[in-house]
Amino acid sequence: MDFIGAYAPSHLTFLLEGFWVTLQVAFLSIALSFVVSVIVGVIRYARIPVLSQVLATAVELVRNLPLLLIIFFTYFALPEIGIKLDKFYAAILALVIFESAMISEIVRSGLNSIEKGQIEAARSSGLTYMQTLWHVVLPQALRRMVPPMVSQFISLLKDTSLAVVIALPELMNHAQIINGRNVNYVIPTFLLVAVMYFVVNYALSIISKRLENRHA
Amino acid sequence: MIDMSILFDHWDMFLQGFGNTLKASLLALIGSFLLGTLMAVFRIAPVRPLNWLGTAYVEFIRNIPLILVVFVFFVGLPAIGIRLESFVAGTLGLTVYTAAFIAETIRAGILAVSKGQTEAARSSGLTYVQTMRYVVLPQAIKIVIPPMGNQFINLVKNSSVLGVIAGLDLMYFGDLISADTFVTFDVYIFVAVFYLILTLPLSLLVGYLERRLARAR
Repeated sequence: MDFIGAYAPSHLTFLLEGFWVTLQVAFLSIALSFVVSVIVGVIRYARIPVLSQVLATAVELVRNLPLLLIIFFTYFALPEIGIKLDKFYAAILALVIFESAMISEIVRSGLNSIEKGQIEAARSSGLTYMQTLWHVVLPQALRRMVPPMVSQFISLLKDTSLAVVIALPELMNHAQIINGRNVNYVIPTFLLVAVMYFVVNYALSIISKRLENRHA
Repeated sequence: MIDMSILFDHWDMFLQGFGNTLKASLLALIGSFLLGTLMAVFRIAPVRPLNWLGTAYVEFIRNIPLILVVFVFFVGLPAIGIRLESFVAGTLGLTVYTAAFIAETIRAGILAVSKGQTEAARSSGLTYVQTMRYVVLPQAIKIVIPPMGNQFINLVKNSSVLGVIAGLDLMYFGDLISADTFVTFDVYIFVAVFYLILTLPLSLLVGYLERRLARAR
């Protein structure tokens, strides 16, 4: 094991560059999946005919597939039907498809947790269905969804490492490049990479716990 | 249209991969159940150093990516002279990773059994271990079954990382077949169907169990 060689300044900056790509992919995917999930969750909650059933099936299918398969699919299979995406966007598309299926279930159960009495009260005081949803149900439901969503976001951040299979230059990929230079770098590099993931994710989980306690 | 001949021509490869995916998932389930239960008990045992050990394990593993854990077994161990077969390295990685989640599931189940029961058992003369064995764990298991089902679904899906280290699973054979035939779209659809054969029925079962448990409360 060669800690000094593995932690040479050029390696550290290389790992940080990788981590920066990891964070970019994670944040873009998180933002997009949040938007998609709320839309999908609301459509299913409102039981819009046909669309709601189609989405329910899609969610059930995607949720039960490995993310790795979806990444392969967006990067290797989509070009076969004429959709060619750069690694960065193929990874984001795969993550958004997968995580939206997961998060939309959180949104749906959050919406379902709001008492029916509130909706009846809002409707009988003259609000339309859309107004009830927007002003009464969603704001309360979103607050309840925060803790499970944060843990899903932690999963997403970890899952970005699967993009190593399409050689996206993220943290895992950069770690493997350093490991390829000298076998004595492997353990120190993995240790440092683990610490990098851990610090960000653990911080997120602590924030989530704080939020949970405040709402409980 | 989907070319079915690819499925029939490579049927034995798909089947071998499917079998290995199932095997890796089952082995890792058993392993991570044992390790996870141990860690859960560590976390609630009335012994400080064990608490720390259990908490450190769960928090550290839960917050790092699965593929990193698998790489530690597949690339890290050989670097210090321990060489494992890729299937073994992958299954060990899955076990170590999943154990952290199962530990949390089991801990939540144990904590859900009311404290009064532990106190009653302890004051009627049972030792701590007896209380756990005869009073708390049997009740906790019932609460823990649906979330354990979810963990198994995750395991089946996560076992696809074996494909990254040539672990002879479904994902690996899928890649091999697509490299062989120059067809990716159709091959991945078939791979997806094979995964769904395992995960969909499980997911429906877990949903049913969750609803039944919710009604029972």
